[in-house]
Amino acid sequence: MNRLSSAISVAVLSVGISTSAVARDYISIVGSSTVYPFATVVAERFGKVTNFKTPKIESTGSGGGLKLFCSGIGVDTPDITNSSRRIKQSEFDMCQQNGVTDVVEVLIGFDGIAIANSIDAEQFNMSTKDLFLALAAEVPNPDGSDTLVPNPYKVWSEINPDLPEIDIEVMGPPPTSGTRDAFVELAMEGGCNNFDLIKGLDKDEHKRVCHTMREDGAYVEAGENDNLIVQKLEANPDALGIFGFSFLEQNDDKVQSSVIDGFEADFDSIADGDYAISRPLYFYVKAQHAGTVPGINEYLAEFTKESAWGDDGYLADKGMIPLDEDARESVGEAVRSLTVLEAIE
Amino acid sequence: MSDNKDPQVTPDIPASGEPGRVRRDTTAQVRSTLAKRYAAEKRFRFYGIAAICASLAFLVVLLTSIFIKGWPAFTHAYVKMNITLDADTLELSENPGAEELRAANYGGVIKKSLQEKFPEVKKRKEKKALYALLSNSGEYLLSDMVIANPDLIGQTIEVWLPADDETGALLKSNHDLSKPDTIVTRMSDQQIAMTKTLQDAGETDVRFNKTFFTAGDSREPEQAGIRAALIGSALTLLVTFLLSFPIAVAAAIYLEEFAPQNRWTDLVEVNINNLAAVPSIVFGLLGLAVFINYFHLPRSAPVVGGIVLSLMTLPTIIIASRAALKAVPPSIREAGRGLGASDQQVVWHHVLPLAMPGILTGTIIGLAQALGETAPLLMIGMVAFIVDVPQGFTDAATVLPVQVFLWADSPERAFVEKTSAAIIVLLVFLILMNAIAVLLRKKFERRW
Repeated sequence: MNRLSSAISVAVLSVGISTSAVARDYISIVGSSTVYPFATVVAERFGKVTNFKTPKIESTGSGGGLKLFCSGIGVDTPDITNSSRRIKQSEFDMCQQNGVTDVVEVLIGFDGIAIANSIDAEQFNMSTKDLFLALAAEVPNPDGSDTLVPNPYKVWSEINPDLPEIDIEVMGPPPTSGTRDAFVELAMEGGCNNFDLIKGLDKDEHKRVCHTMREDGAYVEAGENDNLIVQKLEANPDALGIFGFSFLEQNDDKVQSSVIDGFEADFDSIADGDYAISRPLYFYVKAQHAGTVPGINEYLAEFTKESAWGDDGYLADKGMIPLDEDARESVGEAVRSLTVLEAIE
Repeated sequence: MSDNKDPQVTPDIPASGEPGRVRRDTTAQVRSTLAKRYAAEKRFRFYGIAAICASLAFLVVLLTSIFIKGWPAFTHAYVKMNITLDADTLELSENPGAEELRAANYGGVIKKSLQEKFPEVKKRKEKKALYALLSNSGEYLLSDMVIANPDLIGQTIEVWLPADDETGALLKSNHDLSKPDTIVTRMSDQQIAMTKTLQDAGETDVRFNKTFFTAGDSREPEQAGIRAALIGSALTLLVTFLLSFPIAVAAAIYLEEFAPQNRWTDLVEVNINNLAAVPSIVFGLLGLAVFINYFHLPRSAPVVGGIVLSLMTLPTIIIASRAALKAVPPSIREAGRGLGASDQQVVWHHVLPLAMPGILTGTIIGLAQALGETAPLLMIGMVAFIVDVPQGFTDAATVLPVQVFLWADSPERAFVEKTSAAIIVLLVFLILMNAIAVLLRKKFERRW
């Protein structure tokens, strides 16, 4: 028993010693769960075709990623953060304060948010205004008076006579999800600005009305897992679902996109900006790390290769909507020269 | 129920004499309720059996659905290809170096050989559909072969290359490929027809999926493997065990055998019991603040995961160990002291070996909990995409339940089977751990 105890203490000690901080020989990436599926494909390729180690990618969400990214310089901070929105002024300031002065911004493409239903049901054709009326907690009074009332609509055809006469039931992500944030900002906000009454409200009140989803059961929070929403749509042809475009693409034999403001979510309509509910995807690189952590320049080169982010690249195969050619050229040039982001205009 | 009737019997008993009547009354009373009591007894047993049956049914449904979904992940479809490794298509120079060999155009030779199989495919879109039948891991496979043996350049070799995830799913299923309308798949009718041609020519085969056990995570379902997560879990649990077991046992021995009973030890005891009920995410936050931000240990490393999980496991093991120590009869200690053993000798030679089975059970319960934990690991960066298998305690790693979570969240449909297969691996890991505990317990078990 004495020998056993000394063996254990030696083992514990050696674990303790081996943990002293070591230089990192792989790229550390954090950030958005929306960019995660695209960044991971690039990272995997990068690890296989070069001699560098495969980068480590954590899915922390855009905000969490930027917080880690801007916390300072050094091997224990991430080199790259993915984001499904642009960096905010406050985050940029935090970066500067903590010594992260050389940040390179890379716009990589777009992600669409699909409103879809089962392929066995009739395709929806509506506007963002209809979506707002169907899903907001408070809407302008249907009798035409200048007041806001709790959402009275139960059936789609009450909102727009062209829509089917079925109960409003939309399954979507909970408030913690980035997809939900984007949906609210793009679709709900876009829809609610159609009303002069709401446009006239002061800023806080405007935000509250436009961004609050109804909670009387017509909008169902179906969890963060988009696969689950697809399965539920398959089982319930009367319901609509809100999820990322890549899930629509992977399940196009089961679900169909609704037509929003005249366009359904597909590759071309999102790339051309015709489909309203799409958002830009970014990542931010710490240029100060480019010399110390091996492989950063090569990773950037892999990401901005035509065979990766181009029209026929492997990222497009995974459901990312590419930039147009001119934008790819200018962003690519900025990445090669590691052009530092000076300010957010 | 019969108990309630008993008090009513008492007033009937006359204060004096006639014992016979009393007996007859009681017997009659008992007889009349007997049937009821038997029925209650039977019902009671039935409830117990029903409870067991219900939980068994849930377990069977869960396990069957996991096994049915996960089973296909252990096999994968392969396609026989004749590949000509000519230097021109590979875009190689006269005397290629290692770097050049790695970056050669292996995709090109695979596409060329597919083209030879289907010469009628000419249009660009059709070609793309054709190339999509095979997994792009074929390129890396060829690259490894050529780097290992550069003499292959210029030769034509016959290799079995892995099919793409959807082609694979089609080949593994028992669908009739001549009726593409009946198959629910994202593949086009043309791709199904091409798959059928390959199948009819005997150039496809479904084999054991070795990649699943040798590779790390991947975004292509057919290339994704469980190894990185498995090793990550093993390393993390090893750290957890090495830290929590000695500390917990030492704490339990002191508290149980040596500590005086006073307010301080009471306070410690209350705190240990409280810690056992703290939500695990709290330990994750603590780990982030202390080990990563203050001690600057690396993010995503099994050593930090292990330390955080051992904080979580400690109270469980301490409580179980104390119970096991308490169950050792005091006579053993007294006999030891009576024969002149010191307190320390009594503990090491007699009490601890006898308490070992109970301590081990507590340890296994604690470690099993740690094995299934994801919440605290989120905070310290172990919820991550890890391709390279971790080599040590400070390498970036992830663990089995995190892998299950990441795969369940992936858009590609073939990840459904991977998710279930990962759950199966997790369950097997757990069963092995329990088996070791049972064996150790058998070895240490002593009777008195």
